[in-house]
Amino acid sequence: MLKNKGTLKRVLSLVGKYKILVFISFALAIVTVVSQLYAPILFGKAVDLIVGKGNVDFPAIEKIILKTLVVIGITALSQWLMNLINNRITFRVVKDIRVRAFRHLQKLDVSYIDSHNHGDIVSRIITDIDQFSDGLLMGFTQLFTGVTTIVGTLIFMFSVNVKISLIVVLLTPLSLFVASFIAKRTYNLFKKQSEIRGEITTHIDEMTGNQKVVKAFCQEENSQTKFDGINDELSKYSLKATFFSSMVNPCTRVINALVYAGVGVFGAIAVINGRFSVGQLTCFLSYANQYTKPFNEISGVVTELQNSLASAARVFELIDEKEQTPDTEKILENADGSVEIEHLDFSYTKDKELIKDLNIAVNPGQRVAIVGPTGCGKSTIINLLMRFYDPDSGVIKVSGENARSFTRKSLRSNYGMVLQETWLKSGTIRENIAYSKPNATDEEIVAAAKLTHAHSFIKRLEHGYDTLIGEDGGNLSQGQKQLLCITRVILSLPPMLILDEATSSIDSRTEIRIQKTFAKMMQGRTSFVVAHRLSTIKESDIILVMNNGKIVEQGTHESLLQKNGFYAEIYNSQFAVE
Amino acid sequence: MKKLLKYLKNYIKESIFAPLFKMLEASFELTVPLVVAAIIDKGIANMDKPLVYKLLFVLIGLALVGFASACTAQYFAAKAAIGFSKELRSDLFRHINTLSYSDIDRLGTSTLITRLTADVNQTQTAVNLFLRLFLRSPFIVIGAVIMAFTVDTKVALIFAVSIPLLIAIVFGIMFGSVPIYKKVQKRLDAVLKITRENLSGVRVIRAFNHQQKEIEDFEEHSEELKKAQLFGGKISAFMNPITYVIVNVSILLIIWSGGKQVDAGRLSQGDVVALINYMTQVLIEIVKLANLIINLTKSMASASRISEVFEVKASLTDDGNTPVNSQSEYAVEFENVSVIYGSAEKSLDSLNIKIPKGSTVGIIGGTGSGKTTLVNTIPRFYDVSEGAVKVNGTDVRKYPISQLRNMIGVVPQYAVLVSGTVRNNIKWGKTDATDDEILSALEIAQAKDFVLEKDGGLDAPIQQGGKNLSGGQRQRLTIARALVKKPEILILDDSASALDFATDARLRRAIKNNTDNMTVFIVSQRFSTIRNADIIIVLDDGDVVGIGKHDELFENCDVYREICTSQLYAKEEVSANA
Repeated sequence: MLKNKGTLKRVLSLVGKYKILVFISFALAIVTVVSQLYAPILFGKAVDLIVGKGNVDFPAIEKIILKTLVVIGITALSQWLMNLINNRITFRVVKDIRVRAFRHLQKLDVSYIDSHNHGDIVSRIITDIDQFSDGLLMGFTQLFTGVTTIVGTLIFMFSVNVKISLIVVLLTPLSLFVASFIAKRTYNLFKKQSEIRGEITTHIDEMTGNQKVVKAFCQEENSQTKFDGINDELSKYSLKATFFSSMVNPCTRVINALVYAGVGVFGAIAVINGRFSVGQLTCFLSYANQYTKPFNEISGVVTELQNSLASAARVFELIDEKEQTPDTEKILENADGSVEIEHLDFSYTKDKELIKDLNIAVNPGQRVAIVGPTGCGKSTIINLLMRFYDPDSGVIKVSGENARSFTRKSLRSNYGMVLQETWLKSGTIRENIAYSKPNATDEEIVAAAKLTHAHSFIKRLEHGYDTLIGEDGGNLSQGQKQLLCITRVILSLPPMLILDEATSSIDSRTEIRIQKTFAKMMQGRTSFVVAHRLSTIKESDIILVMNNGKIVEQGTHESLLQKNGFYAEIYNSQFAVE
Repeated sequence: MKKLLKYLKNYIKESIFAPLFKMLEASFELTVPLVVAAIIDKGIANMDKPLVYKLLFVLIGLALVGFASACTAQYFAAKAAIGFSKELRSDLFRHINTLSYSDIDRLGTSTLITRLTADVNQTQTAVNLFLRLFLRSPFIVIGAVIMAFTVDTKVALIFAVSIPLLIAIVFGIMFGSVPIYKKVQKRLDAVLKITRENLSGVRVIRAFNHQQKEIEDFEEHSEELKKAQLFGGKISAFMNPITYVIVNVSILLIIWSGGKQVDAGRLSQGDVVALINYMTQVLIEIVKLANLIINLTKSMASASRISEVFEVKASLTDDGNTPVNSQSEYAVEFENVSVIYGSAEKSLDSLNIKIPKGSTVGIIGGTGSGKTTLVNTIPRFYDVSEGAVKVNGTDVRKYPISQLRNMIGVVPQYAVLVSGTVRNNIKWGKTDATDDEILSALEIAQAKDFVLEKDGGLDAPIQQGGKNLSGGQRQRLTIARALVKKPEILILDDSASALDFATDARLRRAIKNNTDNMTVFIVSQRFSTIRNADIIIVLDDGDVVGIGKHDELFENCDVYREICTSQLYAKEEVSANA
């Protein structure tokens, strides 16, 4: 709990924004509890007035009933208002923190997003915040009312009869003790259960996800055997965990029943001795029931709160993640297209040196090809140019000035980027093309699509440009997605281009058709092209040859062939096989 | 749900005992108010202290017996529920293993995984709760009403009115909020989608400077979510106050009319207290019952999602029970083969060709041209819609599937490895492969060097999906996995795409030199990979547009020539090297 202290403080400060609402909620909770506790007393008084045949004081009962109706009304009203306010506070806080986390995400370094499991980030923003919201709501509605109920009941009981109150007070902690005893025992079982659940999910994930390979190698039986093994193990622990945890309820109930019996009997003795009335006994019996309930609830709420604090801590962890270095004010208006890389060092992790003293000078309008086997780090260059990552030392100059002296926004809008991994937003085709230029007219969009020959497939779609693209571009082929990504850039056409295997999924025939478009697009624009097609590479002004994350050679096609190094090996392997 | 109940058949005893013991417990609970009434009416009225103490033991006895039967019930319920889910899970996994490629394509992997995990767990909880509560709660409600009627028919009429009212309101609110919670879920999904999109598209979003727009979108969706949550909260906020009012007003009515009965001498003070007690018991049970029903409806959804999977009958039938032993000079023959998926469009249209043993077949064409479809018909990953595929002269559908697939080594497009070690991944190809066999397969696949460089060599750990390897390394291991069983037919489905040209060339040479009379199918987009094949099949949009050798096709087949020229800078080079 101590570890959570800082988290708790931050949660409270988030809630603090709604101070007035919180205050009203607390006030309403007190009203609710007090009037809720008052009702049994009134019932008890009424029961006392019903003594026996011909001995019922109806006028007095009538008065009590009217009074009780008012009390019931007040309870219901304040409870209702309290529920509304608690909902309001909770869901507002949740929205606040979610938006804050998302806003922060946009300011984080790309390296954070690259190096963290996306599922994990998503679950922080979605599941953890949800868990947090559940805990917060429960905390509001049950923790405070629970505590007030306990305190209120004690005061009421002791004011009526000290001895019998002591029975209740001494016996109820037993149920708490039993509950926490069981909880401790089951914790390990549950932990074990979720471990094995994790194991079985991994197996399912792997085997179902790779069904095709499983089938290709006839591994169905093996996989089933392994599955059944884990499944048996799982059911063994699940049984224990489920059984022991379901013991909490009977245990607390039996203790409740004992308290109830104690109050009933010793109350009755007190009545016989004339120190107590039957009505007071009814009232006590109902208290005995009510008094143990909040204890059970609170133990539930505390676990829930602990879970939710753990979740909140995970969210705060994300929010506390260091933001990217702040932008300068300067805006890069229209880049002239010159790019110089001077003495640049870069590595993703400190212990693994990647780029050392890289120097390149690109004149406006030149084409730079980046060549090398897949996974050799070609995208590193793109990461640096786009300032997704910043170099460890050295500078990249754009238009003669350090790229870092410009705002990221203005720098990036001077580049048109098409990546191998096609990413489209869920939305219409039109929206996706206009992504680079939100105010583009329909004519501009269609014209761009015609240039890339995307128009021909778009117009064949049922809803044309208004066709909805599913998440991850679901219903389009990889090639079609790539065409849209190219169209997206054609529409805005900034002075510098970055093309990372931009046509890798487009079939060769379509590719020939859009080559012209590409040639026109690159005319007069500085371009960085990652490609394995020779035609594209040979026409480049500078070829950067990469291997294992490092730039191993640099030059023109001819000069590199002469050098007879790595480039020559790649080149020859394509042309002189066998 | 009904269909799934058969998984309880091994747990019939438990499924009967659990609710029975629950009812036993409930009946003990129902007698408690009667004992309290006796204390008041007999003990107090007659000042009979020994009787009161006797009744104390009765109450304690009831509590303990109730506790014992509750424990027994919980145990049986847990055992039945866990056993149920274990058998269901195992059977579902087995069923998924029998599904064909096209079934899995249609269903989608991720949904299969959630069905096997979350949905099965949900039904487990439901069975457990159901066994524990479905008899108990109605039993207590009805029991309390009956008990009330045995005490006094006139006063019990209040029960007859207020209980249906309570049920109507509690269930009305619960069911009324179900669609709202579905809406909340849907909006939460929308928030989740944006988050995921922003992670996968981080580069594009930043390149096009859309961060602010994304934040606005996110905020808008979070606001929508908040509104839906608040609306749901507003409805459920009524629950407590309204039930509180109904129960307490009923108690007032019991006091009033009970008072009249007592006045007339038809009822005692203790009876009135007993009636009040029954009323409170009813309230608690109805709330429990409502929760149970909500839980059950949720599980119904899960159960029907699971049943849906069971209803998918494997579309591939394994008729061949007896191993086929046939010989032919042709390894594979395609006789008028057409393949149609779902829609009317043919993925492959009337292919006719005979492949002599030991030949290398190159298959080339753009994306979506039907290359993968063609090779998938050989190991029966998909069945042909028309015509027949023969292996060694026998229709593939006549083979037992495992015999057929054991003859064929497949290297799929996406290099998939499972968690474990290099060795157990390769052993998927041949369960009893020796280290020598593994090493020689690795050598042919050009993977021996990097494997041996790893810590642990063959025992080097592989993470799920092979995440700790590069794309090229993964591909080489999947090739080795297919080679280790020394298949008669090897299918390389674009499986060298991540290899650099030089390695790719070495690989093909090694396969050629080290395999005896093996028929090899190579699917590729790169013409350089297949140019030396004995037979090249050129596909375009499902149509076979050319069959022959490189020279003939280059001369006569337009599509083939286009592909070649697009991949090479100059035509001369092609002919010069041909």
